[in-house]
Amino acid sequence: MHNLELHVTKLKKTFNRRVIFRDISFTICSGQTLLITGRNGSGKSTLVKIISNILTPTEGTVEFVSPSGPCPVLPQSLIGMVSPYLQLYEEFSARENLQLALAIRGMVPNESAIDSLLERLSLRARMDDHVQTFSSGMKQRAKLAMAMIHQPPILILDEPMSNLDEDGIRSVREIMAQHKTNGLLVVATNDLTDLDSFDIQVDLNAPH
Amino acid sequence: MPRTEQPLSTWVQSTLAIFRKDLKSELRTRYAISALIMFVITTIAIILFSLGSESAPADALSGMLWVVVFFASMSGLSRTFVTEEERGTAMTLQLMATPSAVLFGKLLFNLVLTLGLNVMTVILYSAFINGFVVRTYSIFVITIGLGSIGLAAAATIIAAIIARANTKGTLYPVLSFPILLPLLLTVINATRLSTEGAFLEEAYGEFQILVSYIVVVVAVSYLLFDYIWKD
Repeated sequence: MHNLELHVTKLKKTFNRRVIFRDISFTICSGQTLLITGRNGSGKSTLVKIISNILTPTEGTVEFVSPSGPCPVLPQSLIGMVSPYLQLYEEFSARENLQLALAIRGMVPNESAIDSLLERLSLRARMDDHVQTFSSGMKQRAKLAMAMIHQPPILILDEPMSNLDEDGIRSVREIMAQHKTNGLLVVATNDLTDLDSFDIQVDLNAPH
Repeated sequence: MPRTEQPLSTWVQSTLAIFRKDLKSELRTRYAISALIMFVITTIAIILFSLGSESAPADALSGMLWVVVFFASMSGLSRTFVTEEERGTAMTLQLMATPSAVLFGKLLFNLVLTLGLNVMTVILYSAFINGFVVRTYSIFVITIGLGSIGLAAAATIIAAIIARANTKGTLYPVLSFPILLPLLLTVINATRLSTEGAFLEEAYGEFQILVSYIVVVVAVSYLLFDYIWKD
């Protein structure tokens, strides 16, 4: 297990003059899970994007600390993310998307790992079909595969259950339970059925 | 060396993976290739019809060659970043790759596309336009090579800037014109020298300007790209 800590301090984000959230602070370590909740428009996805270094905060800091010291820039190989905003390359097959996710991170595509992950997410039968032919639930499964193929110690799931059937939801819950023992898990959702399984909760509706 | 924590070998692999991804995607979707080919054929046909059997002066023909290349580039080279934004994959790429790997991967792809475009344009232009005769091939080949690199470098960073804007189609030629003007004036002059049969040494000044232009555009792109690529 990678020993990583995520320190978020006094985070504030504004778009133009509109304040999305302010004064968000928390710390989580490997083996812990963080749940981000809040009504629509409260900034869950924005916070997730800031944590994953896609957006920059207006104020405050996000710092990852490894045993060797703070990481000023989060290496792309350490993070895996599922989000409604992250799209797959639709002209490529699910297998090609996973190969690409590894190659762009400078890793050698491992065909057996790709096959077994797609099998686990019930996509193996369609893995050579172009993603544009997938249903929205299948695309969500492919996004999960894309987030996990490089076995990142940090897994960030923004609305991970959306568009999934019961089997898919069960797979996501298994993935979340397994990842909890392997690394650091951040989930942003409005689905509050499993509140007890999270160690830390950040409610963006709460006054900060 | 890129300004990241990545080792150089990982950065090179990442850059090449982005280049291969763009090439494979382009061969499947033909977003840019179709636009470029159609534009070159249409423009050369219009020039051909307007000239008829007459022949224009060598300076004018050299200028017209680069007018075809400039506008064809405008129609195709911006696609590399615009399609990422339109399909929503820009964020996926941001998550997977460092900004510098994205910039140089896209630059490499645009360079291959521009070189292909220029070779095709030159072949068609030489075959169909009366009076366009290259007399010093060394000057002409170096000019096409350096011109393609300069055009690809400038087009890549401009494409990255306009991909975030709402009025992409209008903004691209407007923003490109002042940035590409020094390059265009130099390549037109060098092409004219090649058609006049000048010695290679006479074009050294033009080549120095082109190399300087490429170095400046690539360096500025590298320094600015982090701010353009992230929000």
